[in-house]
Amino acid sequence: MTQAAFEDIPGTLLFDAERSRKGYHLNMFCMSLMKPENRDAFRADEKTYLKQFPMTEEQVQALLDRDWNKMLELGGNIYFTSKLGACDGLSFQQLAAKMTGSTQQEYADMMLHGGRSVEGNRSKSEWAKRG
Amino acid sequence: MAKIVAGIAASHVPAIGAALDNGKANEPYWQPLFRGFEPSKKWIAELNPDVMILVYNDHASAFSLEIIPTFAIGCAASFAPADEGWGARPVPVVVGHPKLASHIAQSTILDEFDLTIVNKMDVDHGLTVPLSLMYGQPTAWPCPIIPLAVNVVQYPPPTGHRCYMLGKAIRRAVESYPEPLRVAIFGTGGMSHQISGQRAGLINSAFDNAFLDKLSKDPEAAMRIPHIEYVREAGAESIELVMWLIMRGAMDEGAKEIYRFYHVPASNTAVGHIIFENAA
Repeated sequence: MTQAAFEDIPGTLLFDAERSRKGYHLNMFCMSLMKPENRDAFRADEKTYLKQFPMTEEQVQALLDRDWNKMLELGGNIYFTSKLGACDGLSFQQLAAKMTGSTQQEYADMMLHGGRSVEGNRSKSEWAKRG
Repeated sequence: MAKIVAGIAASHVPAIGAALDNGKANEPYWQPLFRGFEPSKKWIAELNPDVMILVYNDHASAFSLEIIPTFAIGCAASFAPADEGWGARPVPVVVGHPKLASHIAQSTILDEFDLTIVNKMDVDHGLTVPLSLMYGQPTAWPCPIIPLAVNVVQYPPPTGHRCYMLGKAIRRAVESYPEPLRVAIFGTGGMSHQISGQRAGLINSAFDNAFLDKLSKDPEAAMRIPHIEYVREAGAESIELVMWLIMRGAMDEGAKEIYRFYHVPASNTAVGHIIFENAA
């Protein structure tokens, strides 16, 4: 099975070695937020704190903007970026709502009604058709 | 001789731990979920295993991107609950079983499964939430626990086949241990869920129920499910289900299914739970 098959799944980014290399410092920044003293230092001055990690400007901007999908595109992994979410006081569900462009209420309602169906969500071509 | 007496599987959603820790277990949202585990709590209290091997994945808590072991066995005397970014869960420290864990490591490595030996490791919700589901909120976990962490963070995780075969190797290891311990093995994670990207919230109950059926009656069919099928059909993070196959591989092929429970949703996730017993 080639990784190309994974790339055809819409709205899903396989965290493979290439993305892991690209996102190494972004993810390691997120990892640093597991320590309370680092969370405090980051909250006090985000830009200065981020300078410790040799990231691209685009990655820094995505973090400052809390652009959660962009972080994933730039090599972020959800288990790491969720630590920034936790630092901001966001649950996994609140974070997921943001990534899907829904309000938290809409997203929670979707989950209460059985979640997002796999029908129409298997392939990029299905998403292209619905526009 | 030690013996594997039972196999358990359950999802390990962090919000379940938070609900319990914050006294929300009786709220209408959570009550049906916890009620589904009531028979399991009675069952495990009666079974009272001497040791539990708990297969889970670390969610960038003990392992960052610096070291990514495919299979890592905890051989320490104890494991502290991890601070995952919101403070550590108020649950008991996990007491290990260094002697049996080291024996399993040695036996499986000589059996050509190259486990990473870990002597210091904090354990996150992947390990502690399943314990909470089975044991509630005790002041100490009732038995020593051997953590077995599986990489599902960076692609590729181990294949279903590899996991199933590792389960068999773990069984051989346990059965070559000289003390008469009754061991339970717990596979955690899944079921369908995707927590990342625009497709987050995906749930596929048909896939999940078919998986439970296969796991029970035709585990080798479950073992052959390729990674792509999990990810496409049941969401990126459903790949955690490969860990259930380690548990299943350690059980008799004809192990008896004695309980099953399925519930949607817990936060973003479909919660599945199944219990098997080996013939006495």
